[in-house]
Amino acid sequence: MSEAVNYPSAVELESVSVRYRVPRERVSGFKEYAIRWIQGRIEYIDFWALKDVSLSVAPGEIFGLMGPNGAGKTTLLKTVARVLEPTEGRVRVRGRMAPLLELGAGFHPELTGRENVFLYGTLLGHTRREMAAMFDEIVDYAGLGAFIDSPLRVYSTGMASRLAFAVATCQRADVLLIDEALAVGDAAFQEKCSERLESFRSEGSAILFVSHYADAVRRLCKRAAWLARGEIRQVGSADGVVDAYLSTEAGEAPAQDAQIPDNASLPVARAEIRK
Amino acid sequence: MPGLAGSPPADHALYDSSQRRTPFVEELLTVYQYRDLVLQLIARTVKTRYKRSVLGVAWTMINPLLTMLVLTLVFSTIFKFDTGNYALFVLSGLLIWNFFAQSTTAAMGDLIWSGGLVGRIYLPKSAFSVAAIGTALVNLGFALLPYALIALALGVRPAWTWLLLPLPALMIALLALGVGLGLSAAAVYFPDVMPTYEVLLMAWMYLTPVIYPLRVLPAGVQLLLKFNPVFYPLTVFRALLVDGVLPSAADVAIGLLAGLAALVMGWWVFTRRSREMAYRV
Repeated sequence: MSEAVNYPSAVELESVSVRYRVPRERVSGFKEYAIRWIQGRIEYIDFWALKDVSLSVAPGEIFGLMGPNGAGKTTLLKTVARVLEPTEGRVRVRGRMAPLLELGAGFHPELTGRENVFLYGTLLGHTRREMAAMFDEIVDYAGLGAFIDSPLRVYSTGMASRLAFAVATCQRADVLLIDEALAVGDAAFQEKCSERLESFRSEGSAILFVSHYADAVRRLCKRAAWLARGEIRQVGSADGVVDAYLSTEAGEAPAQDAQIPDNASLPVARAEIRK
Repeated sequence: MPGLAGSPPADHALYDSSQRRTPFVEELLTVYQYRDLVLQLIARTVKTRYKRSVLGVAWTMINPLLTMLVLTLVFSTIFKFDTGNYALFVLSGLLIWNFFAQSTTAAMGDLIWSGGLVGRIYLPKSAFSVAAIGTALVNLGFALLPYALIALALGVRPAWTWLLLPLPALMIALLALGVGLGLSAAAVYFPDVMPTYEVLLMAWMYLTPVIYPLRVLPAGVQLLLKFNPVFYPLTVFRALLVDGVLPSAADVAIGLLAGLAALVMGWWVFTRRSREMAYRV
């Protein structure tokens, strides 16, 4: 795509820091809060989930993000997804973004699949008209057939997650955020997911991909970053980063998690249905 | 940016965290941009509320009717208020009061209970409050049909002033949105707000002439009740829909101003805090 040439990078983080500020104790009532406020006794715990993180992802690139639990990977994705704001630094994202982080968040079990397509689609920022135009294709892709007019509570987990994935990827996004190596539906559908994501990438989508799986990062990504305690420990070629990560974190990381099936390609976030 | 040849398509917006507007303005623009989401949230609430019940949406109409029936039986036999048509008097009061009470409670609850969403997906957080008020407007619309039927059955002649209904509806919607936004911002930080508000609402209802006419109170108390902003939409609604007369211009003006003031204040309080909500809800 020519667009890919026009844009130097699709995602760009410059010295991004994110601070969570929460009260030391949960002050539960007004009265207590007022008293403490007057006394100047409201203490906050500042927790820097990201510290001075800089990285950029080019169009058409799959960028891997590795790190132990609590390293700030999710915070980083959420900052790119605009859910969180950088306390310091600057985040720039060019084009439409599809966060495949919490697939199906916002689904309502009492509504039909059809109604949920519109609800979830607009939650992700689409207009009703866009959803109407893409509706048939979504249902077809998710393979739901007549179930589309049944309430979501009768769906199997696989069906619901297929629908969520179909809605979340109904339009090619310029930036895809993918968290964790968990599957949507059965092997056949996973294959379809991978194909779709790969075709997005070849058309110029940048993919920011978080994984514990060293093999997956090595296979899919050219470049990667290793995040630890909110800071970037290393950024560079995927092989180099994975090697460094494994040699250092081997003690802490649970058995490298490196054993995943060979046929796994682009993993897809787990669908989550709120009942 | 170098090499940015050819402008990207309209929806290929550039997000730049260093170039954000003030929260007050940005939230306004975003919620407008997400207006289809607001409509979907309204549809979701209206559809799911009575989804598994036999009568379905009809409950929206039946609920105030049954309350009216009970109150009419109780009060018209005990107190003998001189209100002309007590049944319509109390029903109109309940429609406006329920609008206020239910939509402000829902605005608060929807943000908290949809809280998971706010921390997961980027969306305008005020959408929940706006949708709660929108839902209340839809419910008011549903309730008007039985209201009109009862009015006709009780021998009230339809008046052209009925057509001015959007005026009190706007007044109460502005007020409820402002109060709802302020409450939801507070409820994110203090879980006590929700149960406290429920108790407060009960007291507030008795400080509003919902089930009694204002003139049964001593003059001093009457004056005091006029500081209650719900008083104005209620009075205007009754003038138009019960008495079939035009409300006083002062009541309309005060009601609209109070509603606007509440909305601006609520919006300000809410948006000042909305960026932290993603990890505080």
